Amino acid sequence: MTLLLASFAPPYWLSTLIKVLVVSAVVPTTALILGMVFLFKIMSWMQSRLGPQEAGPRGTLQLLADGVKFLQKEDIAPNGADRWVFKVAPLVVLMSTLLLYVALPASMHLVVANLDVGVFFVLAISSLSVIGVLMAGWASASKYSLMGALRAAGQLIAYELPMVLAVIGVVIQAGTMSLNGIVLAQNNGAIFGWGGIGFPYILTQFLGFFIFIAAVQAELTQPPFDMPVAESEIVSGYQVEYTGFRFLIFFLAEFATAFAFAAIAAVMFLGGWAVPWLPTSSDWYYVLGPIVLFAKVMIVAFIIFWVRFTYPRFREDQLQSLAWKVLIPLALVNIVVTAVLKVVL
Amino acid sequence: MLALLVAQNIAFYIIAALMVFGAIRVVTTKNVMHAALWLVLVLSGAAAQYILLAAEFVAITQVLVYLGAIIVLFLFGIMLTRAKTGNDDDLDNKKAAKFIGAGIGVLLLGLMSYSLVDGFKDTEFGNLMVQRTTEVSDSIFSTYLLPFEVLSVLLLAALIGAIVIARRD
Repeated sequence: MTLLLASFAPPYWLSTLIKVLVVSAVVPTTALILGMVFLFKIMSWMQSRLGPQEAGPRGTLQLLADGVKFLQKEDIAPNGADRWVFKVAPLVVLMSTLLLYVALPASMHLVVANLDVGVFFVLAISSLSVIGVLMAGWASASKYSLMGALRAAGQLIAYELPMVLAVIGVVIQAGTMSLNGIVLAQNNGAIFGWGGIGFPYILTQFLGFFIFIAAVQAELTQPPFDMPVAESEIVSGYQVEYTGFRFLIFFLAEFATAFAFAAIAAVMFLGGWAVPWLPTSSDWYYVLGPIVLFAKVMIVAFIIFWVRFTYPRFREDQLQSLAWKVLIPLALVNIVVTAVLKVVL
Repeated sequence: MLALLVAQNIAFYIIAALMVFGAIRVVTTKNVMHAALWLVLVLSGAAAQYILLAAEFVAITQVLVYLGAIIVLFLFGIMLTRAKTGNDDDLDNKKAAKFIGAGIGVLLLGLMSYSLVDGFKDTEFGNLMVQRTTEVSDSIFSTYLLPFEVLSVLLLAALIGAIVIARRD
């Protein structure tokens, strides 16, 4: 079967069609998996309660039921809203999420576009969602939405920098910006000549991993960085006027982006789709690659959601000073140290 | 090869038409927020054109800098100062200013098309080489190292200047 997959070389139009279909199927699926496993099950487990129990075996289909419920609802735009911008805003956010999946490698060849500058592309595309958030907040014609959008923009701009800087350490160490190249560099590497577990960059770039995860948390506007959607003061910020499937799109985009960022972290710090005991050129990765990547993504996602369910919300000034006074200087130090060691060793 | 070039030309004209339409809407719309959003279309069209020219690094930089940072700053500024939904009637310039603007536009168009036509004559570009990012960075950090460093000092000066102006104490 693996040989069959390896020899499958469809014409350009067919491979494009397959890629579009796969990405549009994978994005909602990953959002569903993260929502079900973490938002419903792990969260209730951490808070010593049962969580949803009725829909499906042990309540595992609850999110699907919720999704169907959202689809049935009326599509309302508030009076005085800028209707056109209001309706397009969720789609802009979703588009940024879909484009993130373009560069994610699930194995050497299971990738929509094997970009030379994958890391750079991912960081550039993830900054597009801010435009959608600002559009949503402004077009709703509500002061809560406007406040939420302003907070979101300030936060996303502030945390974009540490995220970019945290990644640079990995890029220096791997010597490439291609996501597949980073995977290969980690799994074919060796620690002082011992290649037992390859060389996952989390060992040397632990600081970078920490900064990256903190920045991802802020980019997703999840607790403890959820000032933009703080439900107790500005009632969910820019999402407050949205109902039905447009709200569903925001929800979907948030969790699918969480999955994508967890996958990027897994690729850059944990060795991505490969395991060190099987050479990276093996055809088995057509089947094993996605499974290995998924397992690593779930580990990273667990850390992200663990923090989300544990810590209370930062104040706005604490949030900004954490980014500008702690994370960015740390990331810069990390870059300098990595660069010096790269030249010396 | 020919089929690829034809497809490239068709894509160029479609994107170019979208960009022109967006650019016209930027200056004719009566809503300052809409103007900024039409500008998004124009700038992303420029990024798409770069990709058609096989310059992926420039295209991604365009997205990161213009769409991810400058447009967001525009929207942020507009929302902080005049976040009005609906049309704004005093957004238009006076008649004289409109004519001067149109004149400058025509002048620029003439200048650009003259320099393009004169510069390339009837050269044909058969094989577009993909511009590898490694080559771009190699040339930035060797041939163009001095201009690059001067530019970063300039940006640093601008940053410090902005902070000095913004500080009240």
